[in-house]
Amino acid sequence: MSRKELPEINAGSMADIAFLLLIFFLVTTTMDVDSGISKKLSEKPPEGYVPPVIKKRNIFEININRNNELLVEEEPMKIEDLKEATIKFIDNGGGLGKLIDGVSTGECDYCEGARSTASSDHPNKAIISVQSDRGTKYGMYVEVQNELLKAYSELRNRLSLKKYNMTYTELEQAYKDSNRSDEELKEKVSDIKTSYPQIISDAEPTSAN
Amino acid sequence: MSKFGRKKKGMPAVNTASLPDIVFMLLFFFMVTTTMRETSLKIQNPKLPNATEVKKLEHKSLVSTIYVGKAVDIEKEGTGDKIQLNDKIANVDDIAAFIYNERDQVSEKEVPYMTTSIKADVECNVGTITDIKLKLRDVNALKLSLSARKPGN
Repeated sequence: MSRKELPEINAGSMADIAFLLLIFFLVTTTMDVDSGISKKLSEKPPEGYVPPVIKKRNIFEININRNNELLVEEEPMKIEDLKEATIKFIDNGGGLGKLIDGVSTGECDYCEGARSTASSDHPNKAIISVQSDRGTKYGMYVEVQNELLKAYSELRNRLSLKKYNMTYTELEQAYKDSNRSDEELKEKVSDIKTSYPQIISDAEPTSAN
Repeated sequence: MSKFGRKKKGMPAVNTASLPDIVFMLLFFFMVTTTMRETSLKIQNPKLPNATEVKKLEHKSLVSTIYVGKAVDIEKEGTGDKIQLNDKIANVDDIAAFIYNERDQVSEKEVPYMTTSIKADVECNVGTITDIKLKLRDVNALKLSLSARKPGN
């Protein structure tokens, strides 16, 4: 029988070949997930659009100059203190909220701020305006945005914990885990979101030259 | 006593017959998870800013990436912040065309979900980013993600 004489293929080098391929893929692989601060740009205003007049106390003005120094409400401030100041501003609740579908949202009954008449009326009226110089470092700009988002998420977490016994982060995760189909969770998420809406506007940068 | 005092006759060879299987398993894992970098960077690999409040970008096919940083080839491209679209350094005015081109590649239904990811170096100027933002606003590409790293990763 000729079958018996068929020599067996030597598979000893198989491991070497596999190793070579393995090392190639090990080197080329990148496992990083793209993550970033999400922002929504405002739409382009139509020609001749007159921006509505906003009370000065409802605007939280942040200036970053080209030396990466902060000026918050005309006072110099360190980046570490920005979160606290932002929370104080948003959570002030010194007046009535804005009209939604012609119905006033009334006073902010969940705010724990000082209710001072010199600061913002209601979280849904509180606008944060970030003005930066063209020469400002991008890293600093992102840092400021991050502090502002931290302030918002702290307020949202606090409210959510009080109302639904879980933080907003957990709430959002639970909603995501339900494949965005759980109506009850959706309601809760959007309730917290409208209670503390993120209103961060980027003013056109100044250029010193 | 003789049981313990017995001398070993050399170690038996470890059976390596299953080694290829193990290696193949690893190989397939990396083959599946690997993503080849589609574009080669013409700018210096941007050092992304750190931020804690980051969101993961889902649906990679709906993300168009704009790189901003210093050119690798400074002699040819000059100094200052450069914008890279696809695989070449471009001008701010090319962004509109770039976005339209990206939109053509997805179905019309998905266009509102498209996100632009800006991967910019920490040392960049905000002015450059603002120029990009204004151009994106002109073409109504309003969803933006400022790429950042979570510290500790």
